[in-house]
Amino acid sequence: MTSLIHDASAALTERPSGHTSQLSEQGKAVRMRALTLLGLGTLFLTTSCKDSHIDNLEERSRLSDEVSLWPLPQQFQTSPVAFKLSASRFKIVHAPGSTAGPSCSLLQNAFRRYFKYIFGYVNEQGQPRSRVFDSELRELQVLITSTDPECDAYPSLKTDESCKFAVVFLTAFVVVFVVLGLETFSQLVYEDDYGVNNINKTSILDYPRFSHRGILLDTSRHYLPLKVILANLEVMAMNKFNVFHWHIVDDSSFPFLSRTFPNLSQQGAYHPYTHVYTPVDVKSVIEFARMRGIRVIAEFDTPGHTQSWGKGQTDLLTPCYSGSSPSGTFGPVNPILNSTYDFMTSFFKEISSVFADAYIHLGGDEVDFSCWKSNPDIQKFMEQQGFGQDYSKLESYYIQRLLDIVSSTKKGYMVWQEVFDNEVKLKGDTQIHVWKMNPQYQDEMARVTAAGFHTLLSSPWYLNRISYGQDWQDIYRVDPQSFNGTPEQKKLVIGGEACLWGEYVDATNLTPRLWPRASAVAERLWSDENVKDIGSAYSRLEKHRCHMVRRGIPAEPLFVGHCGHEYSGL
Amino acid sequence: MALKMFQAQIKLLRFLFLLIVIYGEVEHVYGVWPMPQQITQSTERYLLNPRVFALSYANDSMAQSGCSVLDVAFKRYFKLIFPDFAHGTGRDKSLRFEPFTLVVSVRTGGCEGYPDEGSNESYNLTVSARQAALRAESVWGALRGLESFSQLVYQDDSSAYFVNKTEIEDYPRFQFRGLLLDTSRHYLPVNSILSTLDAMAYSKFNVFHWHIVDDPSFPYQSSTYPDLSNKGAFHPMTHIYTQSDVRRVIAHARLRGIRVLPEFDSPGHTLSWGKGQPDFLTPCYKGDVPSGSFGPLNPTLSSSYQFMSDLFKEVTSVFHDSHVHLGGDEVDFTCWKSNPKVQAFMAKMGFGSDYTKLESYYMENILNITAALNKISIVWQDVFDYHEHIPKDTVLEIWRGTPAEIRAELGRITLAGHRVLLSAPWYLNHISYGQDWRNAYTVQPQNFSGTEQQKELVIGGEVCMWGEYVDATNLVSRLWPRACAAAERLWSNEKKTSSVERAFPRLKDFRCTLVRRGIQAEPLFFGHCKHEYSGL
Repeated sequence: MTSLIHDASAALTERPSGHTSQLSEQGKAVRMRALTLLGLGTLFLTTSCKDSHIDNLEERSRLSDEVSLWPLPQQFQTSPVAFKLSASRFKIVHAPGSTAGPSCSLLQNAFRRYFKYIFGYVNEQGQPRSRVFDSELRELQVLITSTDPECDAYPSLKTDESCKFAVVFLTAFVVVFVVLGLETFSQLVYEDDYGVNNINKTSILDYPRFSHRGILLDTSRHYLPLKVILANLEVMAMNKFNVFHWHIVDDSSFPFLSRTFPNLSQQGAYHPYTHVYTPVDVKSVIEFARMRGIRVIAEFDTPGHTQSWGKGQTDLLTPCYSGSSPSGTFGPVNPILNSTYDFMTSFFKEISSVFADAYIHLGGDEVDFSCWKSNPDIQKFMEQQGFGQDYSKLESYYIQRLLDIVSSTKKGYMVWQEVFDNEVKLKGDTQIHVWKMNPQYQDEMARVTAAGFHTLLSSPWYLNRISYGQDWQDIYRVDPQSFNGTPEQKKLVIGGEACLWGEYVDATNLTPRLWPRASAVAERLWSDENVKDIGSAYSRLEKHRCHMVRRGIPAEPLFVGHCGHEYSGL
Repeated sequence: MALKMFQAQIKLLRFLFLLIVIYGEVEHVYGVWPMPQQITQSTERYLLNPRVFALSYANDSMAQSGCSVLDVAFKRYFKLIFPDFAHGTGRDKSLRFEPFTLVVSVRTGGCEGYPDEGSNESYNLTVSARQAALRAESVWGALRGLESFSQLVYQDDSSAYFVNKTEIEDYPRFQFRGLLLDTSRHYLPVNSILSTLDAMAYSKFNVFHWHIVDDPSFPYQSSTYPDLSNKGAFHPMTHIYTQSDVRRVIAHARLRGIRVLPEFDSPGHTLSWGKGQPDFLTPCYKGDVPSGSFGPLNPTLSSSYQFMSDLFKEVTSVFHDSHVHLGGDEVDFTCWKSNPKVQAFMAKMGFGSDYTKLESYYMENILNITAALNKISIVWQDVFDYHEHIPKDTVLEIWRGTPAEIRAELGRITLAGHRVLLSAPWYLNHISYGQDWRNAYTVQPQNFSGTEQQKELVIGGEVCMWGEYVDATNLVSRLWPRACAAAERLWSNEKKTSSVERAFPRLKDFRCTLVRRGIQAEPLFFGHCKHEYSGL
C-alpha cells in the first residue's frame, strides 16, 4: 500500500496513466473464495493498487467506526491521509478502457444520484476561487471490465456485486460494480469541522455473503403510494439490499391492475382508481429498482389469502357451506374446477411478462381447510382422488398444477415453507421461504437444505412486529446459517428477507418502522459472518441512520442522541 | 279504518325510509372525536358550498372581529372544513346553493389572554338549515366548538360537503388534558412541536407539557445562563430553542387553546445542566477522592438555590402559565452518599442517613422559590412519596405502578388533599405489536376507593412520549392516533364511551381525518383512507 501513496503535489499534476489491473495474490485468493462460496458467474474486477487488507477484525471494526460504513465491507483499509472533494471540481467519470460509457443510463443516473448525495447538502457555492488544496480528489473513475457491462439487463440472482476501489491518487479513483460501490464511496465521504467534504485514503474489496437480500412490503392490507415504494427502494440501495419482494395482493385488497383480468382490481382494490398499481406504475417500480441493482419479485399468493381475488373473478373461490346450503362466504381458491386452472394459466402468463425477474413468489401459506371441508363438491372430489380426509393432499394437488402452469412460463419459483412441509413435488431450483417461528426455523432450514433445496430465511425478521427498546440487536444477532447441517447444506442458504407485513403499517409509519431496523438484516446478509460485535454495530448503525436521515429518509433513532442534521420532513 | 291503515302504512314507510337513511349515513353520525357530552343528530342534512359559507360573530358576542384567537381560528377552520377548497374553482355558479353561516357567540372576551387552569371550554352547537349557532362562555370553548363543527362536515362520493342537523352540548370531563413531549433525549425541531400542537387541538388536548431539558441535553437557551445550552445542548446553534422559538410555540399553542407547561426537572435528571453551570452538580466520590463523575444537583450549596431562583425567575416570566412542573423524580442517592460534604451537611441538618430528607429539604426550597414567583407547582409522585410537607396546592403526577398501585396512590394523594394527574397508563413511548390503543382507551382515572371529594381532585391526565427512541422521524406516527384514545377518556363521559368496539370505527374515521389534515397518524388495522398520507 505505502508504495502507492504518491507525493501529493506530484499526484496533483499527474493522472494515473493507466489501469493495468494487478490483483495481489492474496486478494485473488479471497476473490476465488468468494466466487466459490457464492457460486457467482462472471466476476468484474480491477484494481489500481495492491491489496493489503486488514484481517484483524477488531482493527477493521475500529477503522470502520471512524468512517461508519454500513454494511461493513469484506475487506478494507484506510489511512489518516485525507483528500478534499470540491463540489465544483469533483467528477465521477468513466475510466479509459471501461466497457461502459455515457450511453449507459444506469451508470449516468447513479453518478448523478451519488454526486447529489455527496454534495447535495452543501450550499450553492459562488464562483470558485482559484485555490488549490494540499490534496484534492478530483475524480472518481469507474471502470467496467466485463465485455458486456449489462447496462440494460435486469439484476439477477447471479449478478456479481463485488466491487473494489481505492483512493490512491489525488485525482484517480476506480470503481467496479458501480451502484453498490458508489454507495460505499458516498459513505466514506465526511464533512470536516470546516464543512469541507473529505475522504481518507482507503482500499476496499467487497462482495456479499448472501446473494438474496430482500425486503418484503405488503401492499394489500394497506395500499402504499408509489412514492413510498420508490423511496424505500432508494433506502434499500443505501443498505445494499438487492431484492424487493412485492407482496402485492392478499385477502384485504387487490391493487394490481391486470390487463387480462381488469375486474380483479376494479372490484378487489380498496378503490379502483386511487388505490391501484397500473402497468405504468409497476413498470416504473421495476425500472427504478433496476437502476439500483434491485430485483423485483412479485408474490401472487394462492390458494389461501385470496379473498380479494374473488370479488372480481366469479367462481374462483370455494363457496363455503353451512350445513347443506352455501353460507355466502368464500374460502381459498377452488381447486377442483378446470376454470380455476384456465384462469391461473392466463393470469400467470401476464405476470411472467410484466415482472422481468426470473423468479415469481407463489405464496402457498396458511391455507384454511374448514371451507373446503364444508363444501360437498370438494368432498366428492376428495373421494374421487382418493385423498381421504387429508386436505393437505388437496392443497398439494392444487399447488402441483399451479407449479406446472408457472413452469411453462419459464420462470423459477419461490414458495413459503408450507409447500415444502406438505411434500408437494417441487422442481430442483425451487426456493423455499422459511417464515414460521414454530417449529423452530433452524430445524426447518436444516430439513429444507437436507432435501437439497435452496432456502431463504424470514422468520426472525418480521419487522412489523415491534416492541419497546432496541430490538434491532436481536435482529442483528440472527445468523441464517446457524443450524445443524453439512457445509453443503449451508451453501443452499441463499439469503433472507426482512418482512414488513401491512396490518398496522401504511405510508404514515412504514419508513421509520422499517429503517434502520432492516439495516441490521442488511449487514447480516452482506458482511462476513464474523462481523457481529454489537458495540461496533451500534456506533456504525447510529451514524448510518444519520446518513439516511440526512438524505431525507425518516429512519428512526436507535437510542438517545442526535444527528448533525435532524429530519425536517414532516 | 282505511284511513288508519293508510296512516299505519305511512308510518311504516317513514320508519323504513328512516332506517334506510340511517343506514346510509351511519358512518357520519357521531363523527366527532372525542365524543361530545350530549349529541343528537338527525338524518336531515344540508349541502355546504365553500363559496357561500361564512363564519361570523353573533351580534351579542363579546368577541367581535379583531379577536385574535377567533379571527385566526375562522381562517384555519375554513380550510379544515373544506379541505379541497384550494383546488376547487368557482365553476359551480350555475348550481343553486343555500348560503350557510356558522355564527359564533362568546359570553366573555379574553381574546388576547392565555388559556389557563379554570378556562371554560364548554360550548353549545346547533346546526340547522342555513345556519349553525355556536355559543360558548369563552373563546377557548368556541375553539372546541369549531373543532367539533369541522368534524361534523363530511363529503359524499361526489365530493360535495354536507352537515347533518345536529345539537351538541359539550364540556370536558377533566380540565387538564395534557401531552408530554421530551426534547432532551432527542431534539425535536420546532416544526414537530407545532404540528403536534395542531393535532392536539384536533383531539381537544389543552396542555402541552414541555419536558424541555433532562440528562442528555439542555436545548433551552436561557437568557440568564446562556452557557446551559451553549455547553449542554447537543449542538449550541442547531439543537436549541431560542427565546423566539419558545415564544412561537407558546403563541401557536395559545391560538389553539393549549397551555404550555414547562418542566425543569431537578434535582435528578440534570446531568446536562452541569456542563454549563460549574459546581452545580454533586461530585461523586470513589473512596476519598472525586471520581470525576457527577450526580444530582448539589443541595448543600446556597449557590444552587440562588441559581435555581434566578433560572425560575426567567422561566416563569417566559412561560405564562400559572403552573410550572418541577420534576423531582428518580433521584439516585448513591452519589450524594459518596460525597463527604453532603454527608457532613446531612449530619449538620440532623437528617441521619435518610437521604429522602435531603431530597425533601431541596424540594421544599424549590417549591418556596416558585411559590414566591406566584406559580403553582406540579411534581412527579416521588415528591409525595418521600415528603410530608408540601404545599396543599401542589399537584402530583402519577407516572408509575401497576394498575393496583396506581389506584392506591390515587387514593393516598387525594386523601392528603392534593390534586392529582394521571399519566402512568399513558406512556405512549412504550410500544407493542397490535392495537394497544385499546389499553389506553379503557383506563378509568377515577376508579379508586375514595370519597366524591377525593375523586374531584383528579384533575386530569397526560399522555407521555418520552424520547429515548423517538425523534422527528417517528414522533407523529407513534403519537397519533394512539393519543386520541386518551383524549376521549379525558374529555368524554366515561359511561358513554366505555365500549372499545364502538370506538373502533369512530377512531378509524378520525385517524383518516387526521391524515387528511396532513397529520401522519398511523393505521389502527388493515384498511384504507380515501385520501392516503402522501408524504414519506
